[in-house]
Amino acid sequence: MSTAHRPEIGSERRFGPYGGRYVPESLLPALDELEAVWSELRDDPAFKNEFRGLLRDYVGRPSPLYLARRMSERAGREVWLKREDLNHTGAHKINNALGQCLIAKRMGKPRIIAETGAGQHGVATATAAALLDLECVIYMGVEDIRRQMPNVQRMRLLGTTVQPVESGARTLKEAVSQAFRDWVGSVGDTHYVMGTAAGAAPFPAIVRDLQRIIGDEAREQILEQAGRLPDRVVACVGGGSNAIGIFTAFLDDPVALVGVEAGGHGILSGSHGAVLASGVDAGVLHGSYGPVMQDAQGQILEAHSVSAGLDYPGVGPQHAWLRDSGRATYVPVDDDDAVRAFREVARLEGIIPALESSHALHHVLHVPAPEVEVDLVCLSGRGDKDLAEALAKLEEIDGAAALAADDGEPTVVPTAIGSDPEADEDGDGPQGAEEVR
Amino acid sequence: MSTGPTGTSTPRAGAGEERIAAAFRDHEGAAALMPYIMGGYPDPSVSRDIAKAYVDGGADLVELGVPYSDPLADGPVVHAAGTDALNAGVTVDDVFELGEQLAADVPVVLMTYANIVLRPGIEAFAARMRDAGFSGLIVPDLPIGEDSADVVAACDAAGIAFVPLVAPSTTEARVAEVRSAARGFLYAVSVTGTTGERASLSDQFEEVIRRAKTAGAGDGAAADVPVGLGFGIANGEHAAQAAAAGADGVIVGSRLVRAAGEDDPVAAVSAVMADLASGLGR
Ligand SMILES: Cc1ncc(COP(=O)(O)O)c(C=O)c1O
Repeated sequence: MSTAHRPEIGSERRFGPYGGRYVPESLLPALDELEAVWSELRDDPAFKNEFRGLLRDYVGRPSPLYLARRMSERAGREVWLKREDLNHTGAHKINNALGQCLIAKRMGKPRIIAETGAGQHGVATATAAALLDLECVIYMGVEDIRRQMPNVQRMRLLGTTVQPVESGARTLKEAVSQAFRDWVGSVGDTHYVMGTAAGAAPFPAIVRDLQRIIGDEAREQILEQAGRLPDRVVACVGGGSNAIGIFTAFLDDPVALVGVEAGGHGILSGSHGAVLASGVDAGVLHGSYGPVMQDAQGQILEAHSVSAGLDYPGVGPQHAWLRDSGRATYVPVDDDDAVRAFREVARLEGIIPALESSHALHHVLHVPAPEVEVDLVCLSGRGDKDLAEALAKLEEIDGAAALAADDGEPTVVPTAIGSDPEADEDGDGPQGAEEVR
Repeated sequence: MSTGPTGTSTPRAGAGEERIAAAFRDHEGAAALMPYIMGGYPDPSVSRDIAKAYVDGGADLVELGVPYSDPLADGPVVHAAGTDALNAGVTVDDVFELGEQLAADVPVVLMTYANIVLRPGIEAFAARMRDAGFSGLIVPDLPIGEDSADVVAACDAAGIAFVPLVAPSTTEARVAEVRSAARGFLYAVSVTGTTGERASLSDQFEEVIRRAKTAGAGDGAAADVPVGLGFGIANGEHAAQAAAAGADGVIVGSRLVRAAGEDDPVAAVSAVMADLASGLGR
């Protein structure tokens, strides 16, 4: 296999045939500068100290690795959750946002811009901007503003300008496009904090480098806590930052890597975000060559997912290469299954996962994998932001009984480390849909 | 590169480059007038009338835009027009049809984003441009030296001039590199930013033209590459300033696309063309 995916060799511009810099000429100097600055900073002790210090004291790293007992029982294997949901601001996005804002500071750029879908990257960037005293503008599709209102309010509270994007389907793709347009004009004093491991080089490599702490920690933790490596690592894939963050540490291990994409209404419907699993052709989106949802003429199509963070028609180039080279596999989980997993994990573990992460959780809970004894799952974020959207969707699927105590999920067979079925029946949660209205 | 008897260098991109060179050589007034049209906007039939108005208004070359879903280098006016055209069902095929008719009267340079070019494969796309009688291709998200080599080679083989861009943020050395790769002309972007009308030309535009005209000039093919200035030119006064600063051609996009969206598009674009022509001393 090519060594192109190894982070040790610098900020790669290509992963196999994927990646590159398909951008307007005016952005090339900024990409050159970013690449040069990062190749120094990534090994700069002072920078590393500052970054590590903030990750520890401000973000709360290392995030715990948690053996989810009731999920394990249901899945019939050990399920370990890497708790990125416990980070400050509630998702893995803060690792990258903080790192890139520190880079912006070092480059002397007083203004940052970013796109956001679920709002998690927007909130993380707004937070880092407040902390580091940077001016911040976040582009967000109007549809996502509707879906993720609490995060919009958070960003505004943090002093950030949220710029609604009206074009196209008014979701993540358009927000990225609009951020690029801003950057084409503002590049002199502005850094674009790309929120996922996609886009023009060197973003996929930088975002991976900043997110690999997820896997670096998790690998150490699971060796310590389980006494062994996992058989499999599972993460959801939007653009691919949390997945590449947790995969990177395991690339050279005999560990299966599984990325879970948004199946939306099902791959056959065409209404999904499963770019890798569906096998769409490669093309250019947001400065990078890679698999992308497009029509016969080359117009980029809109993705669909119930989760705003997976609602993206492209994917990071390194994931495309990991797929082609056979090192990782990518599977879809559709909207309904993800939303049910959202409820299921809340009830099994008392953890409300992000809808994005819920895709990975469904796969682990309900897709048989007899060869796997130990699963490591990236719980990329928490689901507070998703409550309104997920509850509405659950009602659509299950009617008024959506939040009834008995949600129709199989009852966990009690085992030695099992649960108390009676306590369960006594109602650990709202007793009817009326209660939450 | 050898130099022909007229002092122009031998084209590398065949018929397309020759036709573009003639447009820069033979125009009236202070500089070539190069209007941009969003193909198929507001609808294919009116778009044809607008193209005709460009020709009647003295266009020396027409830049033909393809409506695209994610135009990263375009400001609100061109973006919205492209979106409207897409929503109205305009396809790449429609734009080729328009361009083929237009190419009977003026050289046509297609402006489109990389994915439209790569989707059918660059060889097929270049051959299609040749068959439609186009002269050049501009791809704003395909900078020279990055991933453009195959595209330039296929264009050369098909007799299509690949026209690259330089921006105010482009260093002198980089301008020289891009200039030496330019076929037909070098597209100098007057502002750091997306397409769109500006009240006045940016304070960088003279420097952009100077660099585009001189960086690396003097060695072979690059010596006579004409420079077209675009982004932000909205009226005759701007056009006159660009020409006075040494631009060989002025490219006008958003102002004309805005006119194309008015109640009487042909009258509106004709008025803008008349103003531009008078600015160029015609
Ligand atoms: C919690 C969470 N997980 C996952 C994602 C998907 O992004 P990525 O694939 O870059 O990790 C998002 C994006 O917004 C998110 O908020």
